[in-house]
Amino acid sequence: MSNKEFNYYINGKKSKWEVIIGLEVHAQVSSNAKLFSNSSTKFGADPNSQVSLIDAAMPGMLPVINKFCVEQAIRTGLGLKAKINLNSVFDRKNYFYADLPQGYQISQYKYPIVGEGEVFLDMPYGAKKIGIERLHLEQDAGKSIHDQSPTKTFIDLNRSGIALMEIVSKPDLRSPEEVAEYIKKLRSIMRYLGTCDGNMEEGSLRADVNVSVRKVGALEFGTRCEIKNVNSIKFIQQAIQYEAKRQVDLLEEGKFIDQETRLFDTKKNETRQMRSKEDAHDYRYFPEPDLPALRLESNFVEEIRKKLPELPDDKKKRFVNEYKISSYDAGVLTADKETSDYFEKVAKNSDVKLAITWVSGELFAVLNKHSLSIKDSPVSAENLTKLILLIMNNTISGRIAKDLFEIMLKDSRDPKVLVEEKGMVQESNIGELEKIIDKVLQNNQDKVSEYKSGKDKLFGFFVGSVIKESKGKANPALVNELLKKKLS
Amino acid sequence: MLIYLHLPLSLMSINKETIKKISKLARISVSNQETNRLEKDLNSILKFVEQLNHLNTDKITPISSVSNEVLTMNKDEIKIINEKEDILKNSPEKNEDYYVVPKVIE
Repeated sequence: MSNKEFNYYINGKKSKWEVIIGLEVHAQVSSNAKLFSNSSTKFGADPNSQVSLIDAAMPGMLPVINKFCVEQAIRTGLGLKAKINLNSVFDRKNYFYADLPQGYQISQYKYPIVGEGEVFLDMPYGAKKIGIERLHLEQDAGKSIHDQSPTKTFIDLNRSGIALMEIVSKPDLRSPEEVAEYIKKLRSIMRYLGTCDGNMEEGSLRADVNVSVRKVGALEFGTRCEIKNVNSIKFIQQAIQYEAKRQVDLLEEGKFIDQETRLFDTKKNETRQMRSKEDAHDYRYFPEPDLPALRLESNFVEEIRKKLPELPDDKKKRFVNEYKISSYDAGVLTADKETSDYFEKVAKNSDVKLAITWVSGELFAVLNKHSLSIKDSPVSAENLTKLILLIMNNTISGRIAKDLFEIMLKDSRDPKVLVEEKGMVQESNIGELEKIIDKVLQNNQDKVSEYKSGKDKLFGFFVGSVIKESKGKANPALVNELLKKKLS
Repeated sequence: MLIYLHLPLSLMSINKETIKKISKLARISVSNQETNRLEKDLNSILKFVEQLNHLNTDKITPISSVSNEVLTMNKDEIKIINEKEDILKNSPEKNEDYYVVPKVIE
């Protein structure tokens, strides 16, 4: 497995540098209602149509916590093999911004609901453990729209108050590739758990990225900069590459890094300072007086633990053991829960090897081509199973199976019916096959003589011609056998 | 109420700069005259609270609230259906769909 070595270093003019990265991932909790109100969290609704008096911070409104959001945070914590804190506290994080009507965000500062955990990454150079520092619950802010008017900003509070889980990693990441794998792994775990849909285009998953550099071999961390709110894996990787290089250049010129907040400009592909030190935020956290501490019974946590689904790492191990497939194939098939369910349905009812070939080959190709998720697959697991069974019982050849699959993309009827209707059944009748072979040999007498005088390579030509003559339906194994007899 | 301070209380004292900073963060304008009074008041409050530092709290878990209330929880149900008109009614400036505010670019 570990055939490759880790090799992400920045080669400066003077020395070789290592990049240290920590991530704060904001994951939107999958729930019907918001964290402290009963308005809907549905994405894409009309602006300001999902805003309660609490979300708009009307005077006198009091927050009441959504129990399901608490369960979702615990579930995620358990999925990250983390410690669940039975006592946690909500705090106010104070700042003024137009899309934050309260003037503060309800968050958890000193006592988060989830403590230390871990996530494992499969890198080409082996498995790597990434520590989780904590996970806490907090409110999302509303959305500011700046491009509708030259002098005004428009505010939509639909997102205001939706529950977020902020998942903070330890500074264990060392390259943009590891960061990409880490985010994919987090997303995969949360999708298995059903705690966050992980949809980065809709903003359900966003990240703040902390980057610092140090000379290879150094023990102390350098000064870090935080790049705020990057919302795609590609942009996060670009931001890290740019920022690491910027810091190395500064340090090699003998300058210092200012600990500061920066933003990533996706058009210019660069990071820039977001606010000066003078304007740096001072959040003045203090315990939320409207909410008593969140105290959990250990039973409550254990009930959730008992109902956890099988998670990607366990499922991958099981696939390797149970289906005797490579770790790579198992990784591909278990990255996403729906894919693994689909594969298992097909594999259990047909043949494992053929199931891998068809799911990760033909099916993935079609899904990628049309950017479909497996949930929207035009071919159901039941029908793909039937197709494989038709190959296994020699009703159709592998070649015909590909044609049949093309038809199945548009026609969801039983493949058996399709095969009969389109006359695709494999020809295995010896008499019929001999007729075709005789015809082909008759039409190619010159080649037959050449073959008989020692040009063995022509055998493939005969096989191909017979299959072609049969419009692809001839059973290839039988054709081989019969041709050998005829030509001897 | 416990505020998470970055300095031990005994090192805290409040000068005019601090008052300027706090009032700026709270978006409350404070005149020079008021600053003088606030400096005096706040320092005397701090001095009073300072007495707590004489207690030994080594083995005491900090509390976040003095009440023994239990956090009540709601079911994950949607009960509020489109209150847009009511909500936007309170905005000094709006259009059909949005709150409208002076341009904020960070």
